[in-house]
Amino acid sequence: MYEKHIMICGATGCLSSGSNKIAEALTQELESRGIRDKYRLVMGGCPGFCEVGPIIVIFPDEVFYCRLKAKDMAELVDQHLIGGEIVERLLYKGPDVDAPARFYDTIPFYSKQLFNVLRNSGVIDPESIDEYIMRGGYRALKRALQMDSQAVCDEVKDAGLRGRGGAGFPTGVKWGFTNKAPGPKKYIVCNADEGDPGAFMDRSILEGDPHAIIEGMLIAGKACGADEGYIYCRAEYPLAIKRLRDAIKQAEEYGLIGNNILGFDFNFKINIKEGAGAFVCGEETALLASIEGKRGMPRPRPPFPAQVGVFGKPTTINNVETLANIPLIVREGGAEEFKKIGTEGSKGTKVFALAGKVRNTGLVEVPMGITVEEIIFDVGGGIQGGREFKAVQAGGPSGGCIPKDLINLPIDYDSLTKAGAIMGSGGLVVMDDRTCMVDLANYFLSFTQKESCGKCTPCREGTKRMLEILDRITEGKGKPEDLDTLDSLAHSIKDSALCGLGQTCPNPVLTTIRYFRHEYEEHINEKYCQSGICKPLFQYEIDQDNCNGCRACVRVCPVEAIKGEKKEPHEIIQDLCTRCGSCIEKCRQDCIMITRVGSEADVGN
Amino acid sequence: MSNEVAALNEDIDLSQVDSIVEPYLGKKEMVIPILQKVQEHFGYLPRPAMEQVALRMHIPLSRLYGVTTFYAQFKLKPRGRNIIRVCKGTACHIQGSPKISERIEDILDVESGETTDDLRFTLEEVACIGCCALAPVIMVNDDPHGRLTPDKVKDILESYE
Repeated sequence: MYEKHIMICGATGCLSSGSNKIAEALTQELESRGIRDKYRLVMGGCPGFCEVGPIIVIFPDEVFYCRLKAKDMAELVDQHLIGGEIVERLLYKGPDVDAPARFYDTIPFYSKQLFNVLRNSGVIDPESIDEYIMRGGYRALKRALQMDSQAVCDEVKDAGLRGRGGAGFPTGVKWGFTNKAPGPKKYIVCNADEGDPGAFMDRSILEGDPHAIIEGMLIAGKACGADEGYIYCRAEYPLAIKRLRDAIKQAEEYGLIGNNILGFDFNFKINIKEGAGAFVCGEETALLASIEGKRGMPRPRPPFPAQVGVFGKPTTINNVETLANIPLIVREGGAEEFKKIGTEGSKGTKVFALAGKVRNTGLVEVPMGITVEEIIFDVGGGIQGGREFKAVQAGGPSGGCIPKDLINLPIDYDSLTKAGAIMGSGGLVVMDDRTCMVDLANYFLSFTQKESCGKCTPCREGTKRMLEILDRITEGKGKPEDLDTLDSLAHSIKDSALCGLGQTCPNPVLTTIRYFRHEYEEHINEKYCQSGICKPLFQYEIDQDNCNGCRACVRVCPVEAIKGEKKEPHEIIQDLCTRCGSCIEKCRQDCIMITRVGSEADVGN
Repeated sequence: MSNEVAALNEDIDLSQVDSIVEPYLGKKEMVIPILQKVQEHFGYLPRPAMEQVALRMHIPLSRLYGVTTFYAQFKLKPRGRNIIRVCKGTACHIQGSPKISERIEDILDVESGETTDDLRFTLEEVACIGCCALAPVIMVNDDPHGRLTPDKVKDILESYE
């Protein structure tokens, strides 16, 4: 019997900020006092608040410690574990709380969140099947096995669950197609090839609660009449793959994977395939080709995978988060509970990776229908450094940006589509006034252009031409007719590309033109990038009235382009400046200004 | 092919390739896992090893190259002792990763995808490391370095031999 469970976040964000060292130091402090046996230390899943990592949560006390350092561990052991008093110094503090906050319920970041899919993440030991079962795991599987397969499909359909991978197709309907397809051999594929740059929801679920995915796949297997599954996971997620392998082994030992599962006439086995790095493999037919050991190229549909899927057999492909929702829905009374959350057309919760220039970055789970404003300002705590919110990119390279004016937009499948974005996988990247929207469009398009498989002409050639135009605009060589050409190319690609990657890749360009046309025009007509990103289109100048001559910028400039004596205002020699941005990062007086090329210093501006 | 690569290729122990391929003989759909294991062993995919895989698996070499050049993970050239991966995720991009890349390229005098002449560093790009809270981020080997500014790059690189 342990006195306390100590959950150390072992997800990639916290590992990067040093949670391994914290764990080592904590173990050492406990051992040196001879009390190691009293505590259960778990390198667990992600509590989501990456910004303040590394994080430790102590149960049953429900205390959330953050921004920890190895040297804090002695105090934590002596004062909290031995002395029974909370170490106030290590609690969450921020401009959004009056006093140090002790647990999820008092930290504003968590106030509007609702943990369904992430219910176990950071609470259980992801490497223990027993802890998953203790939290109600595998009960939904048992219930599903007692039901008729079509009844399982209907229940999921009735709950209103839509695919969390991007397009939002109703999951129960998809299952029904595969269930009705003829043939004895069918497959379930879990798409864990999370390729959207800036999104890591699926990885956190895989790392934090692998059994939820396995249970979801087993139930899908029952519903579709499949007896074999593949999990297609990015090779870049080694920890997720390890956790899945361990979880599959445990489930096999418990008779939850194999033959005659739980005594029912139902067999299922699960294989893992490691992806090899190709964004297009998130597209279902490309993913199937990759599982078969081929180049991951999509093919026209129909036939849909529900008829002709992996190795030519009927196949259902579901995304990680979709599958993680399944045990919640199929458990007793689950569908009714699920339906109560969300909006008319979008039920349940959605997990988002909140990143970019927002104060609280991390993983968040919120009910569908929450507004952009609530996510960015209530959960996200507003913009870093108090700068101005400009837009948020939803859905990564296939999605679009949502500007400040649409801050009251509810986040659900239909509203996002109407605004020109998509739910996508759930990446939300927040941008401030220092983000150039033309550069952003260029960034996404250069990504999709590189990842285009080259099979169909609209995507292969069209993205290339669009990229040439965007490159030209960011280099200051844009022509007035470029915007119309971009628009027409974008619509042609949308209408005629073979697969989802091609059909959605013009979205970032179309939405930035729709909402930030003036920025494009400024780049093209005035040769000016007001955000200070497109290098040929701006210069840095030092505000002579506010510079206190601290020489910080002089020291950091790699090309010695800043001159000036101590305590005298400095000056930038434009011919030498490479616009690397080191000085603007360093200046504490905020007196490095972005101005038009060739302009005299707009003093005091 | 440079002399160094030719010399490296001569040292390829094909019996290692055989033992990797052995459990998968006849299972052509397993070609990606096989190539992943071969690369894990050699650090890249040497031509003689590719030829051996093609021979044992009865897959045309051209098809194998089709697969390896399609996926970003596969490397056909030897890589440096230290691998620098610059995160090109969206969060990193808007937090200034292009400036970080530029500085690394300046210091090492290589472009992305290239290896320094002394084989000390290979510079690569990665779509997303997934620690967006620490943007901009680079990984050197298995160590993430987050919340970077261009002026921090030099010291970080110097700490790797």
